[in-house]
Amino acid sequence: MSLSLNQIAFLGFAAMSLLTAILVLTSKKPIYSVIYLILYMATIAGYFLLLHAEFLFIVQLIVYAGAILVLFLYVVMLMDLNSAGEPPPSNLMRGGSILLGGVMALGLVLGIAKHAEGTPSGITESVAYPVTQVGKVASLGFDLFNNYLIPFEVVSILFLSAMVGAVMLGRKD
Amino acid sequence: MSEVSALQTIPLDWYIYLSLTLFAIGVTGVLIKRNAIVLLMCIEIMLNAVNLLLVAFSAYSGDSSGQLFVFFVMVVAAAEVAVGLAIIVMIYRNMQSVNINLLDKLKW
Repeated sequence: MSLSLNQIAFLGFAAMSLLTAILVLTSKKPIYSVIYLILYMATIAGYFLLLHAEFLFIVQLIVYAGAILVLFLYVVMLMDLNSAGEPPPSNLMRGGSILLGGVMALGLVLGIAKHAEGTPSGITESVAYPVTQVGKVASLGFDLFNNYLIPFEVVSILFLSAMVGAVMLGRKD
Repeated sequence: MSEVSALQTIPLDWYIYLSLTLFAIGVTGVLIKRNAIVLLMCIEIMLNAVNLLLVAFSAYSGDSSGQLFVFFVMVVAAAEVAVGLAIIVMIYRNMQSVNINLLDKLKW
């Protein structure tokens, strides 16, 4: 079974993102979890690039890996977190949660596979089609400011309220 | 200039299964972890899995609404992380710990 370059890249990114996501969960120190999460964001940005979503690739790196996770890093570094505070949850709780996550993943995957059996798989075949302008900045901007202007403005108000809230919550008094 | 896209050599099913697996890993993390900051990070894992699925569908159907929705999801996630971390910092100031098992009283 020969894989094209796209598929090799996808499988490489998939292995990397699964590995880093599991490492976020199983790290002893929170600072390691933050570093693994930054790598996870980079792999998600890789998927965006594979899907020709160039604007979101850049925005993911700048906003998620470059701003949100740096904020996480600041908060983790400014706190003196010791990992041996309370006794860890019992093995029954841990095993139960992992089992629940696994069952949920399996159930969702089987549900999708079952549903996909009866439908014509037009979108899953390897059909070549010309490159569209969907992911490019110009076409996204055109769509955003013509059709989605009101959500854009509302979201700016949301940001304002979040900033005011964060500053208010961060005061010492 | 219409070049042929190599996009369709990756079946959409792969993206769906990958996104589901990453989402389940995020859910497992939210259930297991006791540190409030790592809990927020597992929520970020879930959000990014959903973003991946949205962009995959948007690219395969040629509709840019999915990618714009991802844009708004990123905005909301940024706001949520800012406020959530401010709350955690305030909790840490009062209790010197971010263990969620200690946060079992709604009012002191």
